[in-house]
Amino acid sequence: MSALTGRVPAGHYRFRQVARMEWIKLRTLRSTWWALAITAAGGAVMAVAIGLNTISRSADLTNNVLAGVIPGLLLIGVLGVLVMTTEHTSGMIRATLAAIPRRPLLLAAKAGVFGAMALAVGEAAAFLAFFAGRAAFRHGISAPSLTQPGVLQAIVLAGASYCLIGLLGLGLGAIIRHTAAAIAVLVAGVFVIGMIIGAAAHGLAAYLPVFIIGNSLTATKPQSCAGAAQCVHFLSPWAGLTVLSLYAAVALAIGGWLLVRRDA
Amino acid sequence: MIEVRDLTKRYGSTLAVDALSFDVRPGMVTGFLGPNGSGKSTTMRLILGLDAPDAGQARIGGRRYRDLRWPLREAGALLEAKAFHPGRSAHAHLRALAASNGIDRRRVDEVLDLVGLAGAARKRAGKLSLGMAQRLGIAAALLGDPPVLLLDEPVNGLDPAGIHWIRDLLRSLAGQGRAVFVSSHLISEIALLAEHLVVIGQGRLLADTSVAELSAGATSLEEAFLQLTGASTDYRGQATGFSRTTSGAWPAYRKEGSS
Repeated sequence: MSALTGRVPAGHYRFRQVARMEWIKLRTLRSTWWALAITAAGGAVMAVAIGLNTISRSADLTNNVLAGVIPGLLLIGVLGVLVMTTEHTSGMIRATLAAIPRRPLLLAAKAGVFGAMALAVGEAAAFLAFFAGRAAFRHGISAPSLTQPGVLQAIVLAGASYCLIGLLGLGLGAIIRHTAAAIAVLVAGVFVIGMIIGAAAHGLAAYLPVFIIGNSLTATKPQSCAGAAQCVHFLSPWAGLTVLSLYAAVALAIGGWLLVRRDA
Repeated sequence: MIEVRDLTKRYGSTLAVDALSFDVRPGMVTGFLGPNGSGKSTTMRLILGLDAPDAGQARIGGRRYRDLRWPLREAGALLEAKAFHPGRSAHAHLRALAASNGIDRRRVDEVLDLVGLAGAARKRAGKLSLGMAQRLGIAAALLGDPPVLLLDEPVNGLDPAGIHWIRDLLRSLAGQGRAVFVSSHLISEIALLAEHLVVIGQGRLLADTSVAELSAGATSLEEAFLQLTGASTDYRGQATGFSRTTSGAWPAYRKEGSS
Protein backbone atom coordinates (compact mmCIF):
# COMPACT_ATOMS: atom_id res chain seq x y z
CA MET A 1 0.00 0.00 0.00
CA SER A 2 2.66 2.49 1.00
CA ALA A 3 4.63 1.62 -2.11
CA LEU A 4 1.58 2.41 -4.20
CA THR A 5 0.68 5.73 -2.61
CA GLY A 6 4.33 6.79 -2.65
CA ARG A 7 4.20 7.27 -6.40
CA VAL A 8 1.88 10.25 -6.32
CA PRO A 9 4.07 13.27 -7.15
CA ALA A 10 4.21 16.42 -5.06
CA GLY A 11 1.88 19.35 -5.67
CA HIS A 12 -1.53 19.08 -7.25
CA TYR A 13 -3.27 19.67 -10.55
CA ARG A 14 -3.56 23.27 -11.65
CA PHE A 15 -4.97 25.36 -14.49
CA ARG A 16 -2.11 24.30 -16.76
CA GLN A 17 -2.96 20.59 -16.60
CA VAL A 18 -6.69 21.21 -17.00
CA ALA A 19 -6.10 23.52 -19.96
CA ARG A 20 -3.95 20.84 -21.62
CA MET A 21 -6.76 18.34 -21.20
CA GLU A 22 -9.28 20.74 -22.70
CA TRP A 23 -7.01 21.57 -25.62
CA ILE A 24 -6.55 17.88 -26.44
CA LYS A 25 -10.32 17.36 -26.20
CA LEU A 26 -11.01 20.28 -28.50
CA ARG A 27 -8.51 19.47 -31.20
CA THR A 28 -9.22 15.74 -31.34
CA LEU A 29 -12.79 16.26 -32.54
CA ARG A 30 -13.22 16.55 -36.27
CA SER A 31 -16.35 18.66 -35.79
CA THR A 32 -14.23 21.43 -34.22
CA TRP A 33 -12.19 21.88 -37.38
CA TRP A 34 -15.20 21.70 -39.65
CA ALA A 35 -17.02 24.35 -37.67
CA LEU A 36 -13.99 26.65 -37.67
CA ALA A 37 -13.30 26.19 -41.38
CA ILE A 38 -16.93 26.95 -42.27
CA THR A 39 -16.87 29.94 -39.92
CA ALA A 40 -13.93 31.49 -41.73
CA ALA A 41 -15.07 30.53 -45.23
CA GLY A 42 -18.66 31.70 -44.58
CA GLY A 43 -17.46 35.12 -43.51
CA ALA A 44 -15.34 35.53 -46.61
CA VAL A 45 -18.11 34.42 -48.97
CA MET A 46 -20.62 36.77 -47.41
CA ALA A 47 -18.13 39.65 -47.50
CA VAL A 48 -17.54 39.04 -51.22
CA ALA A 49 -21.29 39.08 -51.84
CA ILE A 50 -21.61 42.35 -49.94
CA GLY A 51 -18.62 43.83 -51.75
CA LEU A 52 -20.02 42.96 -55.17
CA ASN A 53 -23.38 44.50 -54.34
CA THR A 54 -22.19 47.69 -52.71
CA ILE A 55 -23.17 50.77 -54.70
CA SER A 56 -23.16 53.63 -52.23
CA ARG A 57 -19.79 55.34 -51.84
CA SER A 58 -20.81 57.17 -48.70
CA ALA A 59 -21.54 54.00 -46.69
CA ASP A 60 -19.24 52.72 -43.96
CA LEU A 61 -17.64 50.21 -46.31
CA THR A 62 -15.57 48.46 -43.65
CA ASN A 63 -18.67 48.02 -41.54
CA ASN A 64 -20.54 46.64 -44.55
CA VAL A 65 -18.08 43.91 -45.45
CA LEU A 66 -17.62 42.95 -41.81
CA ALA A 67 -21.31 42.03 -41.72
CA GLY A 68 -19.87 38.81 -43.16
CA VAL A 69 -18.99 37.78 -39.61
CA ILE A 70 -22.66 37.26 -38.66
CA PRO A 71 -23.14 33.64 -39.92
CA GLY A 72 -19.78 32.70 -38.45
CA LEU A 73 -20.84 34.06 -35.08
CA LEU A 74 -23.73 31.64 -35.08
CA LEU A 75 -21.41 28.72 -35.80
CA ILE A 76 -18.85 29.60 -33.18
CA GLY A 77 -21.61 30.22 -30.63
CA VAL A 78 -23.00 26.76 -31.37
CA LEU A 79 -19.51 25.30 -31.06
CA GLY A 80 -19.24 26.95 -27.64
CA VAL A 81 -22.54 25.38 -26.62
CA LEU A 82 -21.37 21.96 -27.83
CA VAL A 83 -18.07 22.14 -25.91
CA MET A 84 -20.15 21.99 -22.74
CA THR A 85 -23.33 20.11 -23.68
CA THR A 86 -21.62 17.16 -25.36
CA GLU A 87 -19.86 16.50 -22.04
CA HIS A 88 -23.29 16.01 -20.50
CA THR A 89 -25.01 14.21 -23.35
CA SER A 90 -22.16 11.72 -23.86
CA GLY A 91 -21.46 11.01 -20.19
CA MET A 92 -17.92 12.36 -20.65
CA ILE A 93 -18.60 14.87 -17.87
CA ARG A 94 -18.26 12.06 -15.31
CA ALA A 95 -14.83 11.09 -16.61
CA THR A 96 -13.86 14.77 -16.73
CA LEU A 97 -15.02 15.52 -13.20
CA ALA A 98 -13.40 12.36 -11.86
CA ALA A 99 -10.12 13.70 -13.29
CA ILE A 100 -10.76 17.30 -12.21
CA PRO A 101 -13.18 17.54 -9.28
CA ARG A 102 -12.67 21.30 -8.87
CA ARG A 103 -15.48 22.40 -11.14
CA PRO A 104 -14.86 26.17 -11.31
CA LEU A 105 -11.28 25.43 -12.39
CA LEU A 106 -12.61 23.09 -15.07
CA LEU A 107 -14.97 25.70 -16.52
CA ALA A 108 -12.25 28.36 -16.34
CA ALA A 109 -9.89 26.12 -18.31
CA LYS A 110 -12.59 25.32 -20.86
CA ALA A 111 -13.33 29.03 -21.28
CA GLY A 112 -9.63 29.87 -21.49
CA VAL A 113 -8.81 27.26 -24.12
CA PHE A 114 -11.95 27.64 -26.21
CA GLY A 115 -11.89 31.43 -25.88
CA ALA A 116 -8.26 31.61 -27.07
CA MET A 117 -9.02 29.39 -30.03
CA ALA A 118 -12.18 31.33 -30.93
CA LEU A 119 -10.23 34.58 -30.72
CA ALA A 120 -7.46 33.33 -33.00
CA VAL A 121 -9.90 31.92 -35.54
CA GLY A 122 -12.16 34.96 -35.20
CA GLU A 123 -9.34 37.40 -35.95
CA ALA A 124 -8.28 35.34 -38.95
CA ALA A 125 -11.88 35.19 -40.18
CA ALA A 126 -12.41 38.93 -39.71
CA PHE A 127 -9.26 39.87 -41.64
CA LEU A 128 -10.13 37.31 -44.31
CA ALA A 129 -13.63 38.78 -44.64
CA PHE A 130 -12.26 42.31 -44.83
CA PHE A 131 -9.75 41.56 -47.56
CA ALA A 132 -12.14 39.32 -49.50
CA GLY A 133 -14.89 41.94 -49.39
CA ARG A 134 -12.45 44.71 -50.22
CA ALA A 135 -11.25 42.88 -53.32
CA ALA A 136 -14.82 42.47 -54.51
CA PHE A 137 -15.82 46.13 -54.64
CA ARG A 138 -17.01 47.27 -58.04
CA HIS A 139 -18.84 50.38 -59.28
CA GLY A 140 -15.68 52.47 -59.02
CA ILE A 141 -15.68 52.32 -55.23
CA SER A 142 -12.29 52.90 -53.68
CA ALA A 143 -11.87 50.20 -51.08
CA PRO A 144 -10.99 51.10 -47.49
CA SER A 145 -7.45 50.37 -46.32
CA LEU A 146 -6.09 49.33 -42.95
CA THR A 147 -4.46 52.71 -42.45
CA GLN A 148 -7.72 54.65 -42.56
CA PRO A 149 -9.06 55.73 -39.17
CA GLY A 150 -11.03 53.08 -37.33
CA VAL A 151 -10.62 50.35 -39.93
CA LEU A 152 -8.04 48.21 -38.15
CA GLN A 153 -9.93 48.61 -34.87
CA ALA A 154 -13.19 47.53 -36.50
CA ILE A 155 -11.60 44.37 -37.89
CA VAL A 156 -9.88 43.47 -34.63
CA LEU A 157 -13.09 43.98 -32.65
CA ALA A 158 -15.07 41.93 -35.18
CA GLY A 159 -12.58 39.11 -34.50
CA ALA A 160 -13.02 39.56 -30.77
CA SER A 161 -16.78 39.27 -31.14
CA TYR A 162 -16.34 35.65 -32.30
CA CYS A 163 -14.56 34.90 -29.05
CA LEU A 164 -17.22 36.60 -26.92
CA ILE A 165 -20.19 34.95 -28.66
CA GLY A 166 -18.34 31.61 -28.40
CA LEU A 167 -17.92 32.14 -24.65
CA LEU A 168 -21.56 33.19 -24.34
CA GLY A 169 -22.45 29.86 -26.00
CA LEU A 170 -20.17 27.98 -23.60
CA GLY A 171 -21.82 29.68 -20.62
CA LEU A 172 -25.30 28.92 -21.95
CA GLY A 173 -24.24 25.30 -22.49
CA ALA A 174 -23.13 25.10 -18.85
CA ILE A 175 -26.43 26.59 -17.68
CA ILE A 176 -28.80 24.60 -19.89
CA ARG A 177 -26.80 21.37 -20.51
CA HIS A 178 -29.09 20.20 -23.34
CA THR A 179 -27.71 20.89 -26.80
CA ALA A 180 -30.92 21.78 -28.62
CA ALA A 181 -32.31 23.97 -25.85
CA ALA A 182 -29.02 25.81 -25.36
CA ILE A 183 -28.65 26.47 -29.09
CA ALA A 184 -32.25 27.71 -29.24
CA VAL A 185 -31.60 30.18 -26.42
CA LEU A 186 -28.35 31.32 -28.04
CA VAL A 187 -29.93 31.90 -31.43
CA ALA A 188 -32.98 33.56 -29.93
CA GLY A 189 -30.92 35.76 -27.62
CA VAL A 190 -28.31 36.85 -30.13
CA PHE A 191 -30.29 37.00 -33.36
CA VAL A 192 -34.06 36.61 -33.16
CA ILE A 193 -34.89 38.77 -30.17
CA GLY A 194 -32.57 41.32 -31.69
CA MET A 195 -34.81 41.56 -34.72
CA ILE A 196 -37.99 41.88 -32.68
CA ILE A 197 -36.78 44.33 -30.05
CA GLY A 198 -34.76 46.19 -32.61
CA ALA A 199 -37.97 46.98 -34.43
CA ALA A 200 -40.07 47.61 -31.35
CA ALA A 201 -37.95 49.22 -28.67
CA HIS A 202 -35.17 51.44 -29.89
CA GLY A 203 -33.83 52.16 -26.44
CA LEU A 204 -32.89 48.53 -25.84
CA ALA A 205 -31.62 47.77 -29.31
CA ALA A 206 -28.22 49.29 -28.64
CA TYR A 207 -27.59 46.66 -25.98
CA LEU A 208 -28.43 43.59 -28.08
CA PRO A 209 -25.45 41.44 -29.12
CA VAL A 210 -26.15 41.52 -32.83
CA PHE A 211 -26.44 45.32 -32.85
CA ILE A 212 -23.41 45.77 -30.64
CA ILE A 213 -21.39 43.76 -33.14
CA GLY A 214 -22.96 45.29 -36.23
CA ASN A 215 -23.18 48.90 -35.15
CA SER A 216 -20.67 49.43 -32.35
CA LEU A 217 -17.70 47.10 -32.73
CA THR A 218 -17.40 47.16 -36.49
CA ALA A 219 -18.31 50.81 -37.12
CA THR A 220 -15.52 53.05 -38.32
CA LYS A 221 -17.43 56.27 -37.77
CA PRO A 222 -20.11 57.20 -35.25
CA GLN A 223 -23.61 57.15 -36.64
CA SER A 224 -25.28 60.51 -36.55
CA CYS A 225 -28.74 60.91 -35.13
CA ALA A 226 -29.11 64.52 -36.13
CA GLY A 227 -32.67 65.29 -37.09
CA ALA A 228 -34.00 61.73 -36.89
CA ALA A 229 -37.08 61.17 -34.75
CA GLN A 230 -36.56 57.47 -34.14
CA CYS A 231 -32.86 56.84 -33.88
CA VAL A 232 -30.92 54.28 -31.90
CA HIS A 233 -27.97 55.72 -30.02
CA PHE A 234 -25.52 52.87 -30.53
CA LEU A 235 -22.75 52.30 -28.04
CA SER A 236 -19.20 53.31 -28.80
CA PRO A 237 -16.96 50.42 -29.90
CA TRP A 238 -15.32 50.06 -26.51
CA ALA A 239 -18.57 50.39 -24.56
CA GLY A 240 -20.03 47.76 -26.89
CA LEU A 241 -17.09 45.46 -26.25
CA THR A 242 -17.55 45.90 -22.51
CA VAL A 243 -21.27 45.08 -22.63
CA LEU A 244 -20.69 42.02 -24.82
CA SER A 245 -17.91 40.83 -22.49
CA LEU A 246 -20.28 41.30 -19.58
CA TYR A 247 -22.90 39.06 -21.21
CA ALA A 248 -20.34 36.29 -21.71
CA ALA A 249 -19.00 36.74 -18.17
CA VAL A 250 -22.47 36.60 -16.61
CA ALA A 251 -23.39 33.45 -18.58
CA LEU A 252 -20.11 31.77 -17.55
CA ALA A 253 -20.51 32.84 -13.91
CA ILE A 254 -24.06 31.44 -13.69
CA GLY A 255 -22.94 28.32 -15.56
CA GLY A 256 -20.04 27.84 -13.15
CA TRP A 257 -22.26 28.34 -10.15
CA LEU A 258 -24.74 25.75 -11.44
CA LEU A 259 -21.94 23.34 -12.36
CA VAL A 260 -20.79 23.40 -8.73
CA ARG A 261 -24.29 23.03 -7.32
CA ARG A 262 -25.75 20.37 -9.59
CA ASP A 263 -25.12 16.64 -9.51
CA ALA A 264 -23.20 15.47 -12.57
CA MET B 1 -8.75 2.67 1.44
CA ILE B 2 -12.27 4.05 1.07
CA GLU B 3 -14.20 5.11 4.16
CA VAL B 4 -17.91 5.73 3.85
CA ARG B 5 -19.69 7.23 6.86
CA ASP B 6 -23.43 7.82 7.24
CA LEU B 7 -23.68 8.61 3.55
CA THR B 8 -27.19 9.75 2.67
CA LYS B 9 -28.67 10.87 -0.62
CA ARG B 10 -32.22 11.87 -1.34
CA TYR B 11 -33.75 12.43 -4.78
CA GLY B 12 -36.94 14.34 -4.15
CA SER B 13 -38.79 12.22 -1.62
CA THR B 14 -36.92 9.01 -2.47
CA LEU B 15 -34.13 7.99 -0.16
CA ALA B 16 -31.58 6.51 -2.58
CA VAL B 17 -28.80 6.01 -0.06
CA ASP B 18 -29.68 5.79 3.61
CA ALA B 19 -26.99 6.42 6.23
CA LEU B 20 -24.55 4.00 4.61
CA SER B 21 -21.28 3.25 6.40
CA PHE B 22 -18.56 0.79 5.40
CA ASP B 23 -14.87 0.54 4.59
CA VAL B 24 -13.13 -0.76 1.49
CA ARG B 25 -9.76 -2.09 2.59
CA PRO B 26 -6.56 -2.37 0.60
CA GLY B 27 -5.20 -5.69 -0.60
CA MET B 28 -8.52 -7.29 -1.41
CA VAL B 29 -11.50 -7.13 -3.73
CA THR B 30 -14.61 -5.91 -1.96
CA GLY B 31 -17.83 -6.79 -3.72
CA PHE B 32 -20.67 -4.29 -3.64
CA LEU B 33 -23.92 -6.19 -4.01
CA GLY B 34 -27.51 -5.25 -4.22
CA PRO B 35 -30.53 -5.65 -6.46
CA ASN B 36 -31.07 -3.25 -9.35
CA GLY B 37 -31.97 0.17 -8.07
CA SER B 38 -30.62 -0.47 -4.59
CA GLY B 39 -28.31 2.55 -4.66
CA LYS B 40 -24.98 1.05 -5.75
CA SER B 41 -24.31 3.48 -8.57
CA THR B 42 -25.48 6.42 -6.48
CA THR B 43 -23.09 5.40 -3.71
CA MET B 44 -20.23 5.24 -6.21
CA ARG B 45 -21.11 8.68 -7.57
CA LEU B 46 -21.21 10.06 -4.03
CA ILE B 47 -17.77 8.59 -3.28
CA LEU B 48 -16.42 10.27 -6.42
CA GLY B 49 -18.01 13.61 -5.58
CA LEU B 50 -20.11 13.59 -8.75
CA ASP B 51 -23.25 13.87 -6.65
CA ALA B 52 -23.35 15.80 -3.40
CA PRO B 53 -24.55 13.82 -0.37
CA ASP B 54 -27.35 15.21 1.80
CA ALA B 55 -25.51 13.91 4.86
CA GLY B 56 -22.40 11.96 5.75
CA GLN B 57 -19.22 11.71 3.75
CA ALA B 58 -16.85 9.46 1.88
CA ARG B 59 -13.07 9.62 2.04
CA ILE B 60 -10.37 8.10 -0.11
CA GLY B 61 -7.02 7.74 1.59
CA GLY B 62 -8.31 10.10 4.28
CA ARG B 63 -9.47 12.87 1.93
CA ARG B 64 -12.72 13.80 0.32
CA TYR B 65 -12.54 13.12 -3.41
CA ARG B 66 -12.67 16.80 -4.32
CA ASP B 67 -9.60 17.43 -2.12
CA LEU B 68 -7.46 14.83 -3.88
CA ARG B 69 -4.29 16.33 -5.33
CA TRP B 70 -4.04 14.08 -8.39
CA PRO B 71 -7.39 12.31 -8.47
CA LEU B 72 -6.60 9.82 -11.23
CA ARG B 73 -3.39 8.79 -9.48
CA GLU B 74 -5.21 8.27 -6.19
CA ALA B 75 -8.43 6.61 -7.33
CA GLY B 76 -9.52 5.09 -10.62
CA ALA B 77 -13.17 4.68 -11.47
CA LEU B 78 -15.35 2.99 -14.05
CA LEU B 79 -18.89 4.25 -13.66
CA GLU B 80 -20.60 3.67 -16.97
CA ALA B 81 -19.33 2.07 -20.12
CA LYS B 82 -19.70 5.07 -22.37
CA ALA B 83 -18.30 8.00 -20.41
CA PHE B 84 -16.55 9.38 -23.46
CA HIS B 85 -17.33 11.52 -26.51
CA PRO B 86 -18.25 9.20 -29.40
CA GLY B 87 -16.37 11.34 -31.93
CA ARG B 88 -13.02 11.12 -30.18
CA SER B 89 -10.69 8.12 -30.46
CA ALA B 90 -9.91 5.96 -27.46
CA HIS B 91 -6.32 7.14 -27.66
CA ALA B 92 -7.29 10.84 -27.66
CA HIS B 93 -9.75 10.28 -24.82
CA LEU B 94 -7.08 8.72 -22.63
CA ARG B 95 -4.47 11.28 -23.66
CA ALA B 96 -6.76 14.11 -22.53
CA LEU B 97 -7.39 12.43 -19.19
CA ALA B 98 -3.67 11.71 -18.74
CA ALA B 99 -2.81 15.37 -19.40
CA SER B 100 -5.24 16.52 -16.71
CA ASN B 101 -3.33 14.67 -14.01
CA GLY B 102 0.20 15.09 -15.35
CA ILE B 103 0.41 11.43 -16.37
CA ASP B 104 3.05 10.50 -18.93
CA ARG B 105 1.76 9.94 -22.50
CA ARG B 106 3.49 6.58 -22.64
CA ARG B 107 1.09 5.34 -19.98
CA VAL B 108 -1.76 5.74 -22.48
CA ASP B 109 -0.29 3.09 -24.78
CA GLU B 110 0.50 0.91 -21.77
CA VAL B 111 -3.09 0.80 -20.54
CA LEU B 112 -4.45 0.39 -24.08
CA ASP B 113 -2.23 -2.69 -24.42
CA LEU B 114 -3.26 -3.90 -20.98
CA VAL B 115 -6.96 -3.87 -21.81
CA GLY B 116 -6.46 -5.19 -25.34
CA LEU B 117 -7.60 -2.06 -27.17
CA ALA B 118 -4.34 -1.15 -28.92
CA GLY B 119 -5.75 -2.23 -32.29
CA ALA B 120 -8.87 -0.07 -32.03
CA ALA B 121 -7.27 2.90 -30.29
CA ARG B 122 -7.41 5.27 -33.27
CA LYS B 123 -11.00 4.54 -34.25
CA ARG B 124 -13.84 6.84 -33.24
CA ALA B 125 -14.80 5.57 -29.80
CA GLY B 126 -18.49 5.73 -30.73
CA LYS B 127 -17.87 2.74 -33.00
CA LEU B 128 -16.69 0.53 -30.14
CA SER B 129 -18.88 -2.36 -29.03
CA LEU B 130 -20.18 -2.34 -25.45
CA GLY B 131 -17.45 -4.77 -24.44
CA MET B 132 -14.76 -2.61 -26.04
CA ALA B 133 -16.24 0.51 -24.46
CA GLN B 134 -16.10 -1.25 -21.10
CA ARG B 135 -12.41 -1.99 -21.70
CA LEU B 136 -11.80 1.66 -22.51
CA GLY B 137 -13.46 2.60 -19.22
CA ILE B 138 -11.19 0.15 -17.40
CA ALA B 139 -8.17 1.62 -19.20
CA ALA B 140 -9.21 5.08 -17.98
CA ALA B 141 -9.54 3.78 -14.42
CA LEU B 142 -6.05 2.28 -14.55
CA LEU B 143 -4.45 5.31 -16.23
CA GLY B 144 -3.06 6.86 -13.06
CA ASP B 145 -1.96 3.49 -11.60
CA PRO B 146 -4.09 4.29 -8.52
CA PRO B 147 -4.08 2.47 -5.16
CA VAL B 148 -7.90 2.58 -5.07
CA LEU B 149 -10.24 1.31 -7.80
CA LEU B 150 -14.00 1.64 -8.04
CA LEU B 151 -15.77 -0.27 -10.78
CA ASP B 152 -19.52 -0.20 -11.33
CA GLU B 153 -20.69 -3.43 -13.01
CA PRO B 154 -17.42 -3.94 -14.91
CA VAL B 155 -18.42 -7.27 -16.46
CA ASN B 156 -21.38 -5.72 -18.30
CA GLY B 157 -21.05 -6.35 -22.01
CA LEU B 158 -17.92 -8.49 -21.73
CA ASP B 159 -17.80 -11.89 -23.40
CA PRO B 160 -16.79 -14.98 -21.37
CA ALA B 161 -13.12 -14.49 -22.22
CA GLY B 162 -13.41 -10.84 -21.20
CA ILE B 163 -15.08 -11.77 -17.93
CA HIS B 164 -12.29 -14.23 -17.20
CA TRP B 165 -9.73 -11.59 -18.06
CA ILE B 166 -11.19 -8.90 -15.80
CA ARG B 167 -11.53 -11.34 -12.92
CA ASP B 168 -7.82 -12.13 -13.13
CA LEU B 169 -6.95 -8.48 -13.59
CA LEU B 170 -8.89 -7.27 -10.54
CA ARG B 171 -7.56 -10.06 -8.35
CA SER B 172 -3.99 -9.29 -9.37
CA LEU B 173 -4.55 -5.55 -8.73
CA ALA B 174 -5.81 -6.39 -5.24
CA GLY B 175 -2.85 -8.71 -4.81
CA GLN B 176 -0.57 -5.72 -5.41
CA GLY B 177 -2.09 -4.09 -2.33
CA ARG B 178 -4.80 -1.98 -3.95
CA ALA B 179 -8.28 -1.48 -2.58
CA VAL B 180 -10.64 -2.77 -5.28
CA PHE B 181 -14.35 -2.02 -4.98
CA VAL B 182 -16.56 -3.78 -7.53
CA SER B 183 -20.32 -3.52 -7.76
CA SER B 184 -22.58 -6.13 -9.28
CA HIS B 185 -26.12 -7.35 -9.07
CA LEU B 186 -24.89 -10.86 -9.81
CA ILE B 187 -23.90 -12.76 -6.69
CA SER B 188 -22.41 -15.59 -8.76
CA GLU B 189 -20.01 -13.18 -10.41
CA ILE B 190 -18.94 -11.54 -7.18
CA ALA B 191 -18.49 -14.88 -5.43
CA LEU B 192 -15.69 -15.74 -7.86
CA LEU B 193 -13.98 -12.42 -7.39
CA ALA B 194 -14.40 -10.85 -3.98
CA GLU B 195 -13.18 -11.75 -0.53
CA HIS B 196 -15.33 -9.24 1.24
CA LEU B 197 -18.92 -8.17 0.60
CA VAL B 198 -20.91 -5.03 1.21
CA VAL B 199 -24.58 -5.78 0.56
CA ILE B 200 -27.21 -3.05 0.29
CA GLY B 201 -30.94 -2.97 -0.38
CA GLN B 202 -33.06 0.14 -0.80
CA GLY B 203 -30.03 2.25 0.02
CA ARG B 204 -29.42 0.65 3.39
CA LEU B 205 -26.60 -1.58 4.55
CA LEU B 206 -27.73 -5.18 4.81
CA ALA B 207 -24.39 -6.87 5.34
CA ASP B 208 -20.72 -6.04 5.65
CA THR B 209 -19.03 -9.39 5.86
CA SER B 210 -16.66 -11.87 4.28
CA VAL B 211 -17.88 -14.08 1.45
CA ALA B 212 -17.14 -17.20 3.50
CA GLU B 213 -19.16 -15.97 6.42
CA LEU B 214 -22.18 -14.98 4.39
CA SER B 215 -22.37 -18.34 2.64
CA ALA B 216 -21.88 -20.23 5.92
CA GLY B 217 -25.37 -19.35 7.11
CA ALA B 218 -27.20 -20.66 4.05
CA THR B 219 -27.08 -23.59 1.66
CA SER B 220 -25.56 -21.37 -1.02
CA LEU B 221 -24.27 -17.86 -1.39
CA GLU B 222 -27.06 -17.09 -3.79
CA GLU B 223 -29.66 -18.16 -1.29
CA ALA B 224 -27.99 -16.11 1.40
CA PHE B 225 -28.10 -13.08 -0.89
CA LEU B 226 -31.75 -13.59 -1.74
CA GLN B 227 -32.63 -13.95 1.92
CA LEU B 228 -30.87 -10.70 2.65
CA THR B 229 -32.23 -8.59 -0.14
CA GLY B 230 -35.53 -10.23 -0.95
CA ALA B 231 -37.14 -10.27 2.46
CA SER B 232 -35.26 -7.14 3.53
CA THR B 233 -34.15 -9.17 6.51
CA ASP B 234 -31.84 -7.19 8.66
CA TYR B 235 -28.38 -8.53 8.98
CA ARG B 236 -25.47 -7.51 11.09
CA GLY B 237 -21.98 -8.47 9.96
CA GLN B 238 -20.52 -10.00 13.11
CA ALA B 239 -17.01 -10.31 11.79
CA THR B 240 -16.57 -6.60 11.24
CA GLY B 241 -18.04 -5.66 14.60
CA PHE B 242 -20.14 -3.16 12.77
CA SER B 243 -22.03 -1.20 15.35
CA ARG B 244 -24.94 0.26 13.45
CA THR B 245 -28.12 -1.64 14.09
CA THR B 246 -30.27 -2.08 11.09
CA SER B 247 -33.25 -3.45 12.92
CA GLY B 248 -36.59 -1.78 12.60
CA ALA B 249 -38.96 -1.15 9.79
CA TRP B 250 -38.09 0.49 6.51
CA PRO B 251 -38.73 4.19 6.64
CA ALA B 252 -42.33 4.42 5.58
CA TYR B 253 -42.86 6.49 2.50
CA ARG B 254 -46.39 7.36 1.61
CA LYS B 255 -47.53 9.78 -0.99
CA GLU B 256 -49.78 12.58 0.13
CA GLY B 257 -53.39 11.77 -0.50
CA SER B 258 -52.83 8.12 -1.35
CA SER B 259 -54.70 5.60 0.70
